[in-house]
Amino acid sequence: MYGNDFGPDRDGDGAATEIAPDDPDFLALIDADGRIEPRDLMPEAYRKTLIRQIAQHAHSEIIGMQPEGNWISRAPSLKRKAILMAKVQDEAGHGLYLYAAAETLGVDRSELVDLLIAGKQKYSSIFNYPTLTWADMGAIGWLVDGAAITNQVPLCRCSYGPYARAMVRICKEESFHQRQGFEILWTLSHGTEAQHAMAQDAVDRWWWPSLMMFGPPDAESTHTAQSGRWGIKRFTNDELRQRFVDMTVPQAQALGLTLPDPDLTWNAETGHWDFGEIDFTELFEVIKGNGPCNAQRMAHRRRAHEDGAWVREAAAAYEAKQAARRTKESTAA
Amino acid sequence: MSSTRDPQLRDGGRSDGPEGSLQPTIAASSWPLWEVFVRARRGLSHVHVGSLHAPDAAMALRNARDVYTRRGEGVSIWVIPADQIAASSPDEKDAFFDPADDKVYRHPTFYHVPEGVEHL
Repeated sequence: MYGNDFGPDRDGDGAATEIAPDDPDFLALIDADGRIEPRDLMPEAYRKTLIRQIAQHAHSEIIGMQPEGNWISRAPSLKRKAILMAKVQDEAGHGLYLYAAAETLGVDRSELVDLLIAGKQKYSSIFNYPTLTWADMGAIGWLVDGAAITNQVPLCRCSYGPYARAMVRICKEESFHQRQGFEILWTLSHGTEAQHAMAQDAVDRWWWPSLMMFGPPDAESTHTAQSGRWGIKRFTNDELRQRFVDMTVPQAQALGLTLPDPDLTWNAETGHWDFGEIDFTELFEVIKGNGPCNAQRMAHRRRAHEDGAWVREAAAAYEAKQAARRTKESTAA
Repeated sequence: MSSTRDPQLRDGGRSDGPEGSLQPTIAASSWPLWEVFVRARRGLSHVHVGSLHAPDAAMALRNARDVYTRRGEGVSIWVIPADQIAASSPDEKDAFFDPADDKVYRHPTFYHVPEGVEHL
């Protein structure tokens, strides 16, 4: 999927000389719907934008394991537990695909992990909300993964080859995530009155944060125009948000659950669902670190990284010992 | 398990630590990069699917199984140290592949076949 095309350049002839952000050959390739590959010349800002975006995406997958990991030990049945574990394992895998894609741009995964742990790179604000009940596993799969898929499907055609290829794989795997979430809510919604109420409560809490996952409105988005020109982003935040609302409303009706927005109405003229105003101050507060679980998520990630250090070190020490033995054997022979 | 661990051992082995007998020659933070190739099923060749970091070949294979074949995507995996792969340079793309460009006679469509001639 990735490949650094391959490794550091040996003779230096492929070392990327910087090209202008509007380099005609570069833009012509993008306009022809071509793909940029790791050792191609690319504008420095293009490289940086991608590193930031892919790293943030990778961090989101890794941090995103926590809210659901919280429920693995308390899943209501062995089947649900096995499904949830598979989903969390997928998220680890998605993080790894994405770190590998970022590495083709000349950064090291360990640098990115350090930046996350130092709080210098972000992850999706959605994972700073707590998972209070089992129904939250349903709401996350249905709404959060649904929003993520809406964002990610166009990225399968992103101009940067390794990122696009990672997204193809991720999108394929994500569709199971969304369906299993929908199924959890369907089961609860058609269960006892208390179960139905639990499902409704989870949807009430996750709906607005899910809409915020698409980012600030277009008028305030800082990255959209340039990323659009470079073929990194194919649709604006508001376009994708609308697409998600239009897909989700009929699904909510099928579930027998309501979405917590009194302004949600079908607009026959536009052919879209109109929805109420989103409280973006909440989004910016959560991004700034003031969400309900920011500190907890970061503390857990740091602890997991530090507690895992001995495993990484032991594996490296073992290989060093084996390598020394191989050298000795080959000199003896 | 982690609570019974000797904290000194842990600190001594840390790759950024000052000393320690466990100090690995490969820093834990920079395990080498491996490229992963998967044979989807018998009869097909191995195809590049991605890359990962691992301290050695055995770990690279195990991790490749977990990262790239969680849904039965393969029956065989190759892992190859990324720095062992030689690649043509994208800068010489045109010059390097030029020789094939003007040899259309290498394709069967170059040849005229008279009408009525079959099995050719």
